[in-house]
Amino acid sequence: MNNIRKNRLKDQAFKVWGIFCTLLGLVLLAVFIGNILVDGIMRIDWEFVMNLPSRKPEKAGIYTALIGSIWVLLLTTLIALPIGIAAAIYLEEYSKKNKLATILEVNISNLAGVPSIIYGLLGLEVFVRILEMGASVLAGSFTLALLILPIVIVSTREALKAVPKSIRDASFAMGASKWQTVYHQLLPASFGGILTGIILALSRAVGETAPLIVIGALAYVPFAPSSPMDEFSVLPIQIFNWITRPQHGFVENAAAAIIILLLITFVMNGIAVYFRNKWQKKFK
Amino acid sequence: MSKEKKESVIESSIKRKYKLQAKDVKVWYGDFMAIKGISMDIKPNKVTAFIGPSGCGKSTFLRLFNRMNDYVDGFKMDGKINIDGSNINAKDINVELLRKQVGMVFQKPNPFPKSIFENVAYGLKIQGLKDKKFLEERVESSLKQVALWDEVKNDLNKSALALSGGQQQRLCIARTLAVEPSIILMDEPTSALDPISTAKIEELIYKLKDKYTIVIVTHNMQQASRISDNTAFFYLGELIEYDKTNKIFTNPEKQQTENYITGRFG
Repeated sequence: MNNIRKNRLKDQAFKVWGIFCTLLGLVLLAVFIGNILVDGIMRIDWEFVMNLPSRKPEKAGIYTALIGSIWVLLLTTLIALPIGIAAAIYLEEYSKKNKLATILEVNISNLAGVPSIIYGLLGLEVFVRILEMGASVLAGSFTLALLILPIVIVSTREALKAVPKSIRDASFAMGASKWQTVYHQLLPASFGGILTGIILALSRAVGETAPLIVIGALAYVPFAPSSPMDEFSVLPIQIFNWITRPQHGFVENAAAAIIILLLITFVMNGIAVYFRNKWQKKFK
Repeated sequence: MSKEKKESVIESSIKRKYKLQAKDVKVWYGDFMAIKGISMDIKPNKVTAFIGPSGCGKSTFLRLFNRMNDYVDGFKMDGKINIDGSNINAKDINVELLRKQVGMVFQKPNPFPKSIFENVAYGLKIQGLKDKKFLEERVESSLKQVALWDEVKNDLNKSALALSGGQQQRLCIARTLAVEPSIILMDEPTSALDPISTAKIEELIYKLKDKYTIVIVTHNMQQASRISDNTAFFYLGELIEYDKTNKIFTNPEKQQTENYITGRFG
């Protein structure tokens, strides 16, 4: 009797602790977002989005940084997507499952954990200097593409793994080659999962600051980039720059830019969740 | 008659007599020996049933005839498998072409997550056939062969996953028939189906043997005795007995076979 009561007490105690832990992160995030909203929401208008950088906080806008972020996002996608998906297809469908494959697998997962500033240094040496791209949108995109490549590969492999083996069997038994099976069956069936992974990877890329600072992206760029070889800024760098300024007006600007950056990430995550749900339904 | 001509005559008479031949076939998965030297000949336009307890190697053996074991890790084989007298493991054999000739139906219905039409047309499309009229005709005739046409003719663009289990399995058979194979391998095709669907598939198998050579793995002894002409009993990677179905089920030679079919083990 005593023991039962003790166990029940422990059960209850853990439940309370669990609820506290679950809410901790959420509450902190809510406080943070609330704080930012209070600081910045009044500052957001069309002018703020369309204005070029300025020394006067009330005239400064995020136009160049926003366009820079969009450029970087598009180019990063174009670079990381084909490479990451092809590598994942190779690892999952073609390579023999031997020791070498295990070593490759472990190392790709390790790459996902390398601090982003290291990627910045790599990008500075390889893309900016050796390949002479300079501090351009292209160099930044290649650097971020490297950064998200492991995430794209791992999530694409997971999506391919989730396609039932029976589909592969059926396709092979019909006389399809490996590539035909990948192209006609596996990619369409795993499309939602692959897309989810890519969007999540990109929403990480859009928030990266450190590697881009290292390769020389600037906070003050007078004009929005119009080609891959132009110099550029991105939203997180703009935010970082404004926060370091003494005038109060810039703090307000930073808060407003954070709201817009968060909005972009939330929308991207929302799209990812939508596709994941749609895709899961297909196999149930 | 020249010597060469004589040989080719003998060869073609073998072709007519035996569709499939296995000669001293051994299979390993890693260190485990799954098939311990099996030789057997399978006649054309007959239904041949493989029976035996789980893990006896009958499914592994079946999958040798369309080389579906090739992708299994650790798979190794020794011996010879002939179809129409030619070795299907020879270097110059194209596996994709082989599988167009040797169709397979699986244990669990496995339609592609695509429309009914796309499912049946898949084998033709991957061969590069694009003529719409030809595809439509072939889809219709294939679905008619499995008696599914009347049930789905108005829903050809609907997802195949919306069909019932029995319908899905008949669709999978239609998909196999669409590429006009000469042999159909069936790996427990009714084990996931209800009795009514099972009866429909059995009826279908009986009808199909006019045009095709059918090899079926089954756990259901009544099914083997109902639909097959010949039956092979496998046990622990060996072929214990292979004879006319009637003989196997009424008067088997071996004690092990009798024990199995009377339900004393397995």
